[in-house]
Amino acid sequence: MTASVETPSPGLVLGGRPARREALGVLGCEQLGPYSLLRLERGGMEPGIPGQFFMLEAPGQLLPRPMSLCQAPPGELAFLVDPIGPGTRALCSLEPGAAIHALGPLGNGFDLNVERPLLVAGGIGIAPMPYLSEALGAPPAIVGFRSEAHSEAAQDLLPAAEIAIEPQLVTDLLAEDPGDVLACGPEPMLEALRRLVPSAQLAWEAPMACGYGACYGCVADIEGRYDRLCIIGPVI
Amino acid sequence: MRELATTGSGGVPLLNASGCLDALTAPEVARSLDAFVTKTVTPLRREGNPPPRIAETGGWMLNSIGLQNPGIDGWCADSLPALERLGVPLWVSVGGFSASDYALVCERLDEVEPVETIELNLSCPNVDEAPESAAELVAAARAATTKPLFAKLSPSLPDVADAARAVADAGADGLSLVNTVRGLALDPLSLRPRLARGAGGASGPALRPLALHCVDACARAVDLPIVGMGGVTSGRDALELVAAGAGAVALGTVLFADPLAPGRVRRELAAELEARGCSSATDLQGSAHESTFSALPSAG
Repeated sequence: MTASVETPSPGLVLGGRPARREALGVLGCEQLGPYSLLRLERGGMEPGIPGQFFMLEAPGQLLPRPMSLCQAPPGELAFLVDPIGPGTRALCSLEPGAAIHALGPLGNGFDLNVERPLLVAGGIGIAPMPYLSEALGAPPAIVGFRSEAHSEAAQDLLPAAEIAIEPQLVTDLLAEDPGDVLACGPEPMLEALRRLVPSAQLAWEAPMACGYGACYGCVADIEGRYDRLCIIGPVI
Repeated sequence: MRELATTGSGGVPLLNASGCLDALTAPEVARSLDAFVTKTVTPLRREGNPPPRIAETGGWMLNSIGLQNPGIDGWCADSLPALERLGVPLWVSVGGFSASDYALVCERLDEVEPVETIELNLSCPNVDEAPESAAELVAAARAATTKPLFAKLSPSLPDVADAARAVADAGADGLSLVNTVRGLALDPLSLRPRLARGAGGASGPALRPLALHCVDACARAVDLPIVGMGGVTSGRDALELVAAGAGAVALGTVLFADPLAPGRVRRELAAELEARGCSSATDLQGSAHESTFSALPSAG
């Protein structure tokens, strides 16, 4: 659809949290290594808390796609997208002048009330980290990638981060007492971190149809019960 | 549906399709509807199917949620008080694996004053089917409650009009048409199913012609009120279901993409009616049944 001036939606409360749904103009989509940074006009949207996500309309697709907020420069919302399927590829192909609907901010974000934050990310899990880093005053960060080519994104998004390239893992770089870990990345990485740092805040991922608790599609096994990651997570 | 007041112009009550909204996590969305239909409640608590539970494939959505619900006891204790406070007219979807299951849940709900209508989920593709026929299940529910019973039928039935007649005879007060249809999606790399349980229920705009056919066929076969649903995304989609014979319309998959769809569909429906010079959608209800040739002169 073409960019248009649309009356901002009234606020909604979804999962107990305030949200809006609006058509946002596309400012640009730049490649960062294998990923793309999709920049949208902020419109009347609130950026929310780091770790929260937005459901983004994906052109040509039936369902929107869940994307963590990556950066929140004034007047903008930016999302880091890994083009692994038709929806994410459509998002990465958006050009200035287009507009897509966004719903959010959604979900449970990170608890910023921490004394010694350490950001830990793996691959596309770096997505929420720039916004989180800014909120916490640029704490130490460790990011792991599959290859040098994948790590290109880190240079722009988290310039001071310590990088691990496979076969080295982020857990290899953790200190004895790593502090307050806030992490996002593949499940095996999150599970390893949970074992090493029981108090770590972990941002999980799941395929989502709605992002606001309607469909029960995004459940994860949380202590023997299936719970909706869009409501009690993504950060648990 | 004379008991459903409508909050928008046009006179077509809008509901959500069961399983497509949680009123407690999206109360304003529930309030934007004329009634809220719960996710199916079964006798016992169900965790539901393991993930992955959802996929998008070729213009359809597939789901294999598996009727995750707290069970009738948990629902009455935890969900019902909050739903009562919400103040939206309440329809409860009832499911089970045997006639006695349906009877058990209906008997419990019979005593729950805020429950306006019971929708019998006879057609969920994501759980093992009850051995009894739809008519037997309706009969068991009928014996257990005096609440209005709407039978939700599958678009995959060999003869949906026959099924409509059978459930009507068994005591159904209305029909909900249609449920999802079974589908499968394979991962292109592994060539294995994308959903953990394999097949799932397919929904979305592509379901609309099936829904239209079922509403049309059943409206011609029985004189029961019909809630039409299946791929509705616009006011025109809603109007077409009304033309086919539905007295109310439910929104399903569209709510996942757009929780504000109810307001938009109402506005679009009002615009459609205005364009046709109609003050109410009921003027057009069943108009698909009128002979299209009645205005033509006879031959010779």
